[in-house]
Amino acid sequence: MSLLQIKDLSVTFEGDDGPVHAVNNLSLSIDKGQTLGIVGESGSGKSQTAFSIMGLLAKNGRTSGSVLFDGQEILGAPAKVLNKIRAERIAMIFQDPMTSLNPYMRISDQMTEVLTLHHGMSKRDALVECTRMLDAVKIPAAKERIRLYPHEFSGGMRQRVMIAMSLLCKPDLLIADEPTTALDVTVQAQIMGLLSELQRDFGMATILITHDLGVVAGFCERVLVMYGGRVMEEAPTDPLFATPSHPYTRGLLAAVPRVDDEDAVMKAIPGNPPNMSDPPEGCPFRPRCTYAVDSCHTMPPLEPFAENRARACRRPIEELSA
Amino acid sequence: MVSTTENTVAAQALPAKGRSPWADARRRFFRNKAAMMGLVILIGVALFAIFGNYAAQWSNEELDYNVMGQVAELGGPSLANGHYFGTDDLGRDLFARTVQGTQISLAVGVVGALIACIVGTLYGATAGYVGGRIDGLMMRLVDILMAVPYMFVLILLLVMYGRSITILFVGIGLISWMEMSRIVRGQTLSLKGREYVEAARATGVSAPVIILRHIVPNLLGVIAVYITLLVPLMVLTESFISFLGLGVQEPMTSLGALISEGAGTIAYGTTWQLGFPLLFFCLTLFGFFFVGDGLRDALDPKDR
Amino acid sequence: MSPLLCVRDLSVTFDITRAGDMPWTAPRQLHAVKDVSFDLEAGQTLGVVGESGSGKSTMARGLIQMVPAKGSVMWRGETNLLSLSPRRMKPYRSEIQMVFQDPLASLNPRMTLGQIISEPLRTHHPEVSASERRKRVAQMMERVGLLPQMINRYPHEFSGGQCQRIGIARALIVEPKLLICDEPVSALDVSIQAQVIELLKELQRDLGLAMIFIAHDLSVVKNISHDVMVLYLGRVMENAPKSALYAAPQHPYTQALLSAVPLPDPAAERAKKMIPLIGDLPSPMAPPSGCVFRTRCVRAADDCARILPLPKDPVHRVACLHPGPVRASELT
Repeated sequence: MSLLQIKDLSVTFEGDDGPVHAVNNLSLSIDKGQTLGIVGESGSGKSQTAFSIMGLLAKNGRTSGSVLFDGQEILGAPAKVLNKIRAERIAMIFQDPMTSLNPYMRISDQMTEVLTLHHGMSKRDALVECTRMLDAVKIPAAKERIRLYPHEFSGGMRQRVMIAMSLLCKPDLLIADEPTTALDVTVQAQIMGLLSELQRDFGMATILITHDLGVVAGFCERVLVMYGGRVMEEAPTDPLFATPSHPYTRGLLAAVPRVDDEDAVMKAIPGNPPNMSDPPEGCPFRPRCTYAVDSCHTMPPLEPFAENRARACRRPIEELSA
Repeated sequence: MVSTTENTVAAQALPAKGRSPWADARRRFFRNKAAMMGLVILIGVALFAIFGNYAAQWSNEELDYNVMGQVAELGGPSLANGHYFGTDDLGRDLFARTVQGTQISLAVGVVGALIACIVGTLYGATAGYVGGRIDGLMMRLVDILMAVPYMFVLILLLVMYGRSITILFVGIGLISWMEMSRIVRGQTLSLKGREYVEAARATGVSAPVIILRHIVPNLLGVIAVYITLLVPLMVLTESFISFLGLGVQEPMTSLGALISEGAGTIAYGTTWQLGFPLLFFCLTLFGFFFVGDGLRDALDPKDR
Repeated sequence: MSPLLCVRDLSVTFDITRAGDMPWTAPRQLHAVKDVSFDLEAGQTLGVVGESGSGKSTMARGLIQMVPAKGSVMWRGETNLLSLSPRRMKPYRSEIQMVFQDPLASLNPRMTLGQIISEPLRTHHPEVSASERRKRVAQMMERVGLLPQMINRYPHEFSGGQCQRIGIARALIVEPKLLICDEPVSALDVSIQAQVIELLKELQRDLGLAMIFIAHDLSVVKNISHDVMVLYLGRVMENAPKSALYAAPQHPYTQALLSAVPLPDPAAERAKKMIPLIGDLPSPMAPPSGCVFRTRCVRAADDCARILPLPKDPVHRVACLHPGPVRASELT
């Protein structure tokens, strides 16, 4: 049985100009210790997917479908159940660590609170455990630094603190929502290196949500590519990058600036991202797709076509390279 | 270029006329029930102040000798003798006097707020945008002026130059802009750092043009909200002064003066003399507060 | 012939007064940019790369007196822009235009596209009639891939990529010679980034624009630059023609930056070795002596603390006492 199994998840927001369908019929599953990347640009619905798993959607959001965590339905579960799961089994880290750290509390107090509150640890034991965790995320002089306030840390260090906090209760699943987007490249490289090391050591399943294919390439075993609230393609990482099967994935790969290839040119995807309050009919990528045909006016289903791979496109793969 | 044709496709679905941020705010405002109620009340009060005289059977100066001396018995609200709101202690028609009082109170509020709006905005925006030493000097001046007890100054002015409506306007205008200039300066400081202001600076747009074209229009939201709070404040100030007996001169009156009179005679059982002016006073204040709340929500959708 | 822009020893210093200081206490000084020199020819692009706190945006703003700067910025070999009074600087502001990082925030939300794009024109050529102005705005909109019919619409109705096109149209309406692009694609989606870069390259080709293109990593500037300059703590670390810099980076910081860029290739990304940066960015209020990068450098030696490294080769300029290719022992 998979650790997390999502079936037909849809998220709709009641907006000023009518409903916005942020996520449509998303299904995914992730096993213990696996790494899954969800890749998409702004408005693709990748973050809303994570928020609905955690039960953190904005008030005007409605969900349908099913999210099974370890066999238990958590979509629309009562707050008490969700709180318990969030405290003990699923952890999440965000793009901006400052928003999830209380600026008026010492790091030590914020971290130990998790353990004393949810695990009934004594304050002294909790402090030892927290210091150990800060060591694990390679914060130098953890023993002294744990007494500091969040603003006394640099952006990269704050993200490390967040990671340490999220690992305190040894979660089975870690959801990282754009954990490095706000950071410099050199810091990003350090944090991603740290995350994959910790993922191996703690053996937790990890969902990495990002817009950066480069970050996914080094970290994830499997990748879900989203666009306009729908899954475009799902595949193990290596074949996805070697033979992308969806026009959007191809376009995205060609658009990434590269430093490793002497004469690689960035090739843009024409057009603009879909306006989610007035999405195009059928496949959301159709208006920007060079391979679009008339039948794209209805959304193609996400269908398996090779081992572990699925795509939502009617054009045969051979035709895409032409 | 490919993207050009793509933009073409995307744009055809849209109307050519833009939806300005103001239009969006207006839409949100008109959806707000409390604000609409406030607006209806305000329009009602304004109509009452403007056209009330046409409905009155009496002028605000005439004494009705029939009720004089027996105001408590005969001066109550009645359709028969044309005193819809009854009469005051001297037998003058309270309806006409309330109309007239509402006019004065609204005028004081609106004029005070307008002065605050124009002087305060320009002063605050200039101080905030120019910054540095000039900002320091300008704001210290405001600090000093604010430290002077304004009620005292106002009363002094009224005593020195006599009780007249002009002096009242001048006095209220003099004090009302200071708070506004502080608020505007604060907002300007944050707007100054915006990239579009920087863009204008980089391209060589002069400072006065930047203030008028880029800063002030983006302040209008804050100003509009503050004004709806300021008008009732001005009305209150005027009422307070009138209540002290220093406001407008007889036979002119204001809501504050009427309330003061009504409160003085309540012991004789003429409750209407207090009730009607008080009703209009409260309606005006409520109207402005609801509209102000609605404006804030409409202009700042993120705060909801 | 002298280059379009010749910058020598550009420094930007901010006075920092701490809360509680008396008015007569001398403020502490923060050298946001120190002794930056480079040349830029017409029609060429200089890529400026640095992480947050490297002073790259401040450097660009110093060039056009948006922040007080010292040094010399020679424009076409004739005028030192830094010596001009605000009044005499004004005509040069139409020759040097800027494109900003946040596409939406750089457009006044209360103005229509037409008003936004025509603002530089109204400022520098008030003699142009309203109808002529409208015509030029429409032409420019078409040029950057916007529909002229959208002239009366407001910025919030457009996506990030379109807003950046509006910003570019505004900058180009006065036919500048130099375009300063301050992280113009950092806030955009990957698929849109490439569009904007393609547009900028195309405009450069057609209009002979010189560009200063600022970015926070080396991957984006590679596509658009002729020369690349790497900044760290306000100082130039390495400045070289693009091909040389990417093929054979000499400065350890450039090498670290390059190795940190994630590769969209799983096998290569997993096999990749990194050059580690030690510790945190030092405070710009108290930069390290000698080479400012030494506290984080794997190659740092004793002399790095004493000697300020100066570039030797005039073409491939490296500010390092121990330049050279990456050594195997430095990788992790």
